[in-house]
Parts: sequence; structure tokens; C-alpha cells
Amino acid sequence: MNVKELIQLIDGRLLTSSADLTKEVKGGCGADLMSDVLASIQPEAVLLTGLCNPQVVRTSVMADVAAIILVRGKTPPPETISLAEEEQIPLISSPFGMFELCGRLYEAGLNSRERPVDGSDCDCGG
Amino acid sequence: MSQDSLFHGKIISEQKAENISRVEELAYDLKVDQVMTRDPATVTPDTPMHVVLDLFRTKRISGAPVVLNNELVGLVSIEDLIRCLQKAEMQAETQKYMSTKLLTVRNTDYVIEALKLFVNSHYGRLPVVDNNGKLTGIITKGDITNGILKALQYEYHDEEVRRYRASHLFEDIESDRSSLILRYNIKQGDFMHGGAASSAIKRALIRLGANPQIARRTGLAVYEAEMNLIIHTTNGGIIRVEIEPRQISITISDDGPGIEDISLAMRPGYSTATEVVRELGFGAGMGLVNIQRCVDSMRLESIYGKGTNLRLKIFLPEQEPVGEGN
Repeated sequence: MNVKELIQLIDGRLLTSSADLTKEVKGGCGADLMSDVLASIQPEAVLLTGLCNPQVVRTSVMADVAAIILVRGKTPPPETISLAEEEQIPLISSPFGMFELCGRLYEAGLNSRERPVDGSDCDCGG
Repeated sequence: MSQDSLFHGKIISEQKAENISRVEELAYDLKVDQVMTRDPATVTPDTPMHVVLDLFRTKRISGAPVVLNNELVGLVSIEDLIRCLQKAEMQAETQKYMSTKLLTVRNTDYVIEALKLFVNSHYGRLPVVDNNGKLTGIITKGDITNGILKALQYEYHDEEVRRYRASHLFEDIESDRSSLILRYNIKQGDFMHGGAASSAIKRALIRLGANPQIARRTGLAVYEAEMNLIIHTTNGGIIRVEIEPRQISITISDDGPGIEDISLAMRPGYSTATEVVRELGFGAGMGLVNIQRCVDSMRLESIYGKGTNLRLKIFLPEQEPVGEGN
């Protein structure tokens, strides 16, 4: 699936214009904790998140994310948009929530690009 | 280059500016002087038309300025020649057939001015004059196309050369051990620019010819450390990256407050981050754990009350060094 098809699938609104929309998306990852994203995401995934600050874009640059989807119709601050523009990462806003979006993408054949983490890696609360 | 200097004070909406392609930009960037044909063949008003015909044929041109005492007085083109041939008047003087209603451009004008004249008139060529009205050249649509193509090729070539140079950086320098050192000062609390240094480091590695996995691992590790400097330090800190052909050594240091209990800090999920930081998506207590996962060696030293020093190393695959051309 490429970014253009992805946008159609989620009734998305593209917020940047510099990115190449024919870029292939290999899978997905959903998280609001950037540390979780950095720990588990594989390259060329679409990132679904409820966070709107510029760190979402920075994290995506580091993690070779193919596209960012902001859930629940969020509109990010201008700093986030201009950074995404500069880094040529497509930034998309979708009216649906995280669960609905993950479901839609999975159903359309997009697999998880999250590296499974076993319990030994994290004992928070455990 | 700022938008203002690019478009010379013309007001252009942001939407419009986005749609301007590089080719169009070049039309605003290049001057007529850079693309025109210099010292064009000229004739005088009394030159017979059969001489003009010979000139066009031998020089393979389709028009020539008509000059008298260094003054531009007209332009004779292949269309004028055809009219003359129809009347079989080849002995006639140029002044009988030349056009005197002249459109000219100045050598200091931007190419876009010439393009506008071509669009708004039926002329195929325009004489170019300097500020004193003296003829300095002639410009056709073909000259503009050639000029823009050359400029595009030059730019492309420029980027190629830059990449090539960076990826062979160490090859031409003789020493027992060469390295490239990058330093970045990170300000405490500067969330807005958090990650800018890591982005720059990742880009530098790719320019130097590092494979994408190495660039990614380095970027991820430094990014976590950069955010730590922004979130946890008293006065910010310094990131120092030393790049050698076969290893990358990174030092992240600050002058406080230091870590009270290193083994606790290393425990996954342990965090001292504030609610504000957590709202930004950080402070999950995975930073140091993530860093360790991305690097080949990690050494963390901290004196509580003094500061922290984090040393990381990433080794490059034998066949894929950086800066030695691969």
C-alpha cells in the first residue's frame, strides 16, 4: 500500500505537501509514548499516534517512519507541520480513533511493524 | 535564498510559492546575460538582402540585429527574408525589410522578463542591450531552454560531487588515525529543537556513506540521549560524535545534577520525568534501555551532584566503512 492509498482508506487529510505519496508503507505501529516507538518500530512503517508535538516528527525521522497519522482528527501546531514538511514525511490527520484506525489498516492487509517485547525488557508495574 | 530576494519584491501567496517548480525558480534566478548568445552576427541598414541570406545560411541563424554607428536600429529575421524572396528583391537593402518596432531586454534582467516578452509577442528572438542601450547579445527561446538545462545539470552535478567527496573523506588524508568530530550544544528544556542534533548526525553519516541500519541505530541512540539532556540536566550538555572509518564513538556529557542510583536508572520503566515531559511522549523510563539496544558498547558514569558522562560505541561492518568510498 502506498501513502496515497492509505490516505483514502482512513478519510485522511494530508497536512504537508513535500512528501512523495507513492512511497510504500510496509506496516503499522500505534503508540503515544515516543520511547515505545523508538524501542519497537521497524523501518518504513506508518505511525499512528495521538501526540501532536514536533517530537513525533523527530522520532519518525530517527525511526525511518514512512508516514504519520494523527488520530481523532487532531490538528498539530505549525511547528510540527513545518518540521514534517522539511523532513519530507507525510503528516496525515484522520477523524477516526486509534482502535478504529488500527482495525482498518489491519483489515486492508497492513501488518504490525512493532517488534514484540517480552516481559524481561520492561518491569514497569510488574 | 529568501523568498524576497528570489522574487524581487513581488507578492506571491504561499500557495502559489509552493507550486513553483525548480525550473520556474531558475527563470527568476538566472540573468539574461547568463543564457544569451554574445557578440551576435550583425548587419548594417545598407547590407543587401542576399548578403543577409548568405549570413543566415553560413552561421545557421534565423535573425540578426541591424546596427548603425554602434546603435541598434532594427532586427532582420528569416520571415523578412521570405517576404523579400517572394518579391525577388534580393538586391534591396536590409532597411527596407527589417523590423524597427523593437522589443529589447536588458542583459541585467532576469530570464523571466524575456519569457514574458516571448509569451506576449510573436517574436522569436530579442536583442539584448546594456544599460546604455548598446547591443550586447541576442536571446531566443532556445537559449533560455539551454541555459535552464545547463543550470539544472550543474546543480545535480553539485550534489553528486558533494556526496562523493564526503563518502571519500578519509581516503585522501594521510595519518595514522583519521577521524571527524562533530559537536552539538544541547540546551536544557529546549523541547522545540529536541532531536535536531540527532537528525544532523544521521544525515552526516548517510552523506559519509554509512549503511542505513548504522545511521538508524546511531540516530536512535543519540536521540534518546539528546532528549535526556533536554529533560533531566541542569544546564544542558554536549554531544560529541567522533567518526572513524570503522567505528563511531559518541560522548554525551553534562554538569549536573547527576544520577543518584545508576542501576535503578538502568532498570526498564524507571523514570524521574515530570508529568509535562510524559505528556510530550517521553519519560517512560526506556531511554537508557533503548540506547543500550542500539549500540555495541555503552559506559555510563555519573557522580550525583556533579554530572553524567555517557560513552557509546558503534562498530561498522568490515566491508562497509564510512568516508573511504564503498
